[in-house]
This record gives sequence, structure tokens and C-alpha cells, in this order.
Amino acid sequence: MKMMSGAAMVVEALKDVGVTHVFGYPGGAVLDIYDALFAQDDVKHVLVRHEQAAAHMADGYARSTGKTGTVLVTSGPGATNTLTGIATAYMDSIPMVVLSGQVPSNLIGEDAFQETDMVGCSRPVVKHSFLVKRAEDIPDAIAKAYYIANTGRPGPVVVDLPKDIVNVMEEHPYVFPTDVSMRSYNPTVRGHMKQVKKAVASLKQAERPVLYVGGGAITAEASGLVTQLAELLKAPVTCTLMGLGAFPGTHEQFVGMLGMHGTLEANKTMHNSDCILALGARFDDRVTNNVEKFCPHADIIHVDIDPASISKTVNAHIPVVGSVETVLEQILNLLTPEELPEQQAKLADWWEQITQWRSRKCLNFEQGESVIKPQKVIESLYKHTNGEAYVSSDVGQHQMFAALYYPYDKPRRWINSGGLGTMGFGLPAAMGVQFAHPDATSVVVTGDGSIQMNIQELSTCLQYNLPIKIISLNNRALGMVRQWQDMIYKGRHSHSYMDSMPDFVKLAEAYGHVGIKVDSLSELDAAMEKCFSITDRLVFMDIAVDQNEHVYPMQIKYGAMDDMRLSKTERT
Amino acid sequence: MKRIISVLMENAPGALSRIVGVFSQRGYNVDSLCVAPTEDPSLSRLTIITHGDNKVIEQITKQVNKLVDVLKVIDLSENAHIEREMMLIKVATRNEAIRAEVKRNADIFRANILDVSLNNYTMEVTGTTDKLDAFATTMAQCTEIIESSRTGVCGLARGERALRP
Repeated sequence: MKMMSGAAMVVEALKDVGVTHVFGYPGGAVLDIYDALFAQDDVKHVLVRHEQAAAHMADGYARSTGKTGTVLVTSGPGATNTLTGIATAYMDSIPMVVLSGQVPSNLIGEDAFQETDMVGCSRPVVKHSFLVKRAEDIPDAIAKAYYIANTGRPGPVVVDLPKDIVNVMEEHPYVFPTDVSMRSYNPTVRGHMKQVKKAVASLKQAERPVLYVGGGAITAEASGLVTQLAELLKAPVTCTLMGLGAFPGTHEQFVGMLGMHGTLEANKTMHNSDCILALGARFDDRVTNNVEKFCPHADIIHVDIDPASISKTVNAHIPVVGSVETVLEQILNLLTPEELPEQQAKLADWWEQITQWRSRKCLNFEQGESVIKPQKVIESLYKHTNGEAYVSSDVGQHQMFAALYYPYDKPRRWINSGGLGTMGFGLPAAMGVQFAHPDATSVVVTGDGSIQMNIQELSTCLQYNLPIKIISLNNRALGMVRQWQDMIYKGRHSHSYMDSMPDFVKLAEAYGHVGIKVDSLSELDAAMEKCFSITDRLVFMDIAVDQNEHVYPMQIKYGAMDDMRLSKTERT
Repeated sequence: MKRIISVLMENAPGALSRIVGVFSQRGYNVDSLCVAPTEDPSLSRLTIITHGDNKVIEQITKQVNKLVDVLKVIDLSENAHIEREMMLIKVATRNEAIRAEVKRNADIFRANILDVSLNNYTMEVTGTTDKLDAFATTMAQCTEIIESSRTGVCGLARGERALRP
């Protein structure tokens, strides 16, 4: 049995879990742990410039790999700075473990220097948390934290470590648990067979079926099975913002993203469907629009690993609790191939209808002579990356353009803050992606508002030589806010305009990177070409785009799913 | 509609705050809450009285069940069950007539007098929430209530049904 200090145990337990990267920032309460990190090379530490970014990096790492991201911060402000990052991961069910330092046990509750009740502060936005009280409990707490974070519906877990228990002066026996089991935590993975049979019967009867695929399909690594089922049934497929890539974006059965800024054909398909198979999606308000008017003709089959997601906003006719992967296997086992041709023949009218909706070409936009349309930038990005980049996004108009105009053919390529909508997420997330995939192209699509929320990480990018490509759609305004102000507040642009924008090219250069300014359409393709020809350095593309462009289509408030504005003047 | 949610959970630090947190975060009501360790000291049993329609109650049970510390959750009010609450109540007994009246009513409600002093009686009464309400109303009619403290409801299912790990 190995004897070691609490601090050494933390690092040893991370190794035993298989952690490759820790994103963090040192401080008083975690200096012992940092000293233990110094003594080894197995776990790489990434020094960030702000703890919020550490959480987003761990998040980007997790989203692009499926592995749990790890954060290490000190007590007090170090811990509270991670909260936005933790909440972001929580809303999107991303596996993350945050190790936070805490003041020594005997000072807890005394308002000691850099003391915060981190377990309390984070409680509403974590899946679970631990306040470790004895050094001997460290391996067990860390093993449980990783187990909880990445099983069932994944989510962030906080492990709060008081300074006295990680003290290097005392040694304790180190035993890493070989198996974690908890009597109070046993997520259901396999769907109830009776429910699965009902689901299959409903799918077979359907004349207007649709697969509505969410982030749960990506979490469950089920995209292959989603494609298999969709092709067997010949059913149209729509993905949520979180589900993009779970089904190939260029597949002929893909009708696009659904929801507030979904395509006309996706929302029409949903609204007119008689059988919706929801796979790891949660009927979010940004999808359903007015729930009272939601898909009136459909039998809803809802497959989700979290029972609390089922019938939360929209009542499911056939609830199936289980992992998307396992339940899809169960469904596929019950589908008899001989019945399928007859089944597929029934769908001819349905596809004819969908083709008609598609012919409206709702994503068309008018690109003029010189002012660049933001959509055009994303199309150009797609072309220059062959559709194979990892695209991390910030939050706003550019996020919607990147979701709609860059078809994702593979899961885990589209990285965005869907649930919480965290501006400042994109750059650090792309850094996490780049650490996980050093040879891949990691792109950030951002805007002049979002990029300034974590721009300090340009410094971290230089330290670790991350050749990220930043595509900043600069419209000199907070675009999405401005769009709503145009639409709802009669064009009163209250505080959505920034007339003191920095020179982003100089800023990138000041941080030691390459900056490229693009002002007119004629320069766009050449600049993109140049950007992606530089493979060993970070490139910041500051692209001036049309300030007055809106994201369309857009659902009309209080309406049904398919009540949409199609442009500034047209609606359904 | 009033519901009795019974929860079996780990008797661990922070477990209670997580459950209470679910109620405040998601805007559910807590009318009363009663919690203590069970015969197995590693487990706690918690009873929450809440109200809401079926959809709200379904969400409450699911969200509470989702907590990592929680082993089992049931809605006791869905089936036959027993519920009890205890109240300690201190009332003024300033003269002989009041003392007699308080004693008479205490006997009717099967309340026990636990403490007697020159000017007041302190009693214990156990029963359903309605019975305790009725006793308090009766006491208020015959004298002045000085203070009272109630435990909140605890309950068990009747018959074979049980909440076990």
C-alpha cells in the first residue's frame, strides 16, 4: 500500500482515472496540489488566464471527446469564477469535474481569507458535489466524481478540498477503488421492453414520421444507430442545436435544425408529423415555441436517459427511459426487414410534401456586391475547411449562422453553449478541443461582442502554441440583441452598439498571433485561404459583416412550431 | 391538492440542502418538512408536504429522485397511508375555570400535559394535520395560546407497501 500526502493522492487519483489534461489556475488553497503536479508528467496542466475559461476549456475537451473535462482552481474567487462554466456544462449535460481548493477545515465558516461555500454556491448547477473531510477519502471521492460526471445524464461535479487535508506534511495510505457502486445512483440504460414495443408499433403505423435528435444521441455515441434507423425507415431527420452532427448534415433525409431559428422544412415536418421519435432531446422552449400549439397530430415517443426530461414540457405518449444507444439497438432488433419496403412506400406523399417545403429555400440570402453577409462567411469557412473542422461557437447571431450554414456530418464537431447561451464560451472551448485533438483544425466562430468576454485567453493560446482559427463576424453591434430590438422595440438600439471597438488585428498581434482584417467580399476567399494555410499559428480573422442582417427563419412568439418569419417582410 | 412525498436518502452532509434546493430552484411549494435518520443510521427518511397538480407532483418526484443522494421517492397520498404530526402547545391558564376547560379539551383530543407552571400548561398532541388544527382552534377559543411548535407530517404506506433501500 502506497503512503502519500493528500495532495499527491489528488494527482495520483487523476492519473488512475485516466485524466490527460487539467485546466486550472493556482492559488493559496491549492499550492500543495500544484506542487504535486510539478513532480510528474502524466497529467498535463494548462495554465489559463481566467478560471471561467478553464471550465469552458474542460467543457470543449469533453464535448469533442466524450471524456470528462477536469478543472483545478483555488478557493474563493478561483472557485466562483468557474460557476458560469459549470452552469454551461450543466445545462448541456457535459461531463466535468471541478476540483476546488477550500480554506482549512478549522477555518470553514469563519469568513476566512478567500473562503466561499463552493458546494453551496454551485449546488443549483452541479449534478453532485463533495466536500472531502479526510485525506483518506480523496481517492474515493475523486473516483465517484468521475463516475457520476460521465454516467447517466452527464454533468459537472464539484470536489471541494480543504487545504489541511491536502497538506504535504502528513501521509496516508492510498487505495484507489477498483469499482464504484452507489446504492442511491443507478441510471437506467435499457428501455422497458413493453415501451420499446409500443414505440416500434407506432413507428410502423406512421405515415408522416420524423426523428427529432438531440444532444443525448451524441452523448450516447449513437449517431451510427440514428443513421441506421433513419435509413431503414426512410424517415426525415431533424436535429436540435445540441444534436447537430448526430445525423449527417449533408444527408438527403436531413431537413435541417429545428426550433426558433430552425429551417422552415424542419419545423413544418415536425408540426405536420403523426409520429415524432425524440432521441435524447428535451423539448426546450427554443424548440417548441408555444407548447399549447405544439405538433397537434403527433404521437410522441420520447427516449431519454433522464426520466425528469420526459413529459416535463410536452407530454410524451410513449415514454422510454434509457440511453439512446441501447434503446435504438432494442428498436432495431424489433424492426423486421420484410415489413420495411411496405412501410417505406407509405412515405411517398410525406416526402413529396417535404420536398415542397424545401423548395422554399428558406436559407437563401442576398449577397450584394461588396458588404459581406455573415452567412457568406460561414459558407466560405465550410468550403475552406472541407466541412471537417471542429467548430466552436460563441453566442448570438453568428452562432445561428454557424449552426445553419455549416453542415456537420460527424458528431462532436459542433461545440456550442446551447442551454445556457454563454457568451465568451467559444475561444476557450476551441482551446479545449485543440488540446484534445492537436492535429485537427479547431475553429471559433464568434462576434465582436462574445470574443471580448474571454479574449485574455489569447495569451494562453500563445503559451501552448495553439493554432486556432478565430472567425470573428464583426458587425460593430450585439447582433442578436439588435435584431430583437429591430423586431420588437421599433429599432431602439438600447446599449447594443459599441463604438469603441479595439483594432482586433493589432490586438491579435499584441498577443503574438496573426491578425487579418477583411472588409469587402472580394477579399473574403483569399483571406480564408491565407488563414487556413497558416497551420502553426493562431489566426484572428476580423471580418466586417453587414450590421443590419437578421437571422431567419425565426419562429413567431406564441405561435406553433411552424409559424415563422422568413425574412424581414415575409412570414408563413 | 395536498400531497405527501416521502423520500429515502443517504444520511450525508448536504443531502437535505440539495432536496430543499430542488424545491426553491424549480418554484415548488413546501408546506412542511420532517426529516430524521432511520433505523439504519446511514439513511434518512424525509417527508415533504406540498401541493400542486399532477404534472407538478410528477416533476417533483422525478427531480428529487434524480438527486444522487436519493434512493427512493414515493407519493404517499396516491394510496392508503397513515400520517401523523406532533404539536407542542403552551397555553395561558390564569384561573381555575380556564385550567379545567383546557384539561377537559386536552382529554377529548388525547393531548398530554407535559409541563405545568403557575400561569400556563404545555401539552403534546399527535394526529393528522386537521386534528392539530382543530385542537389549536379549540385552545384559542378557551384561552390564549402563548406559543406552539409542530413537527410537520411524517407518514408510512398502509399494508405491504414500504420504502426500503
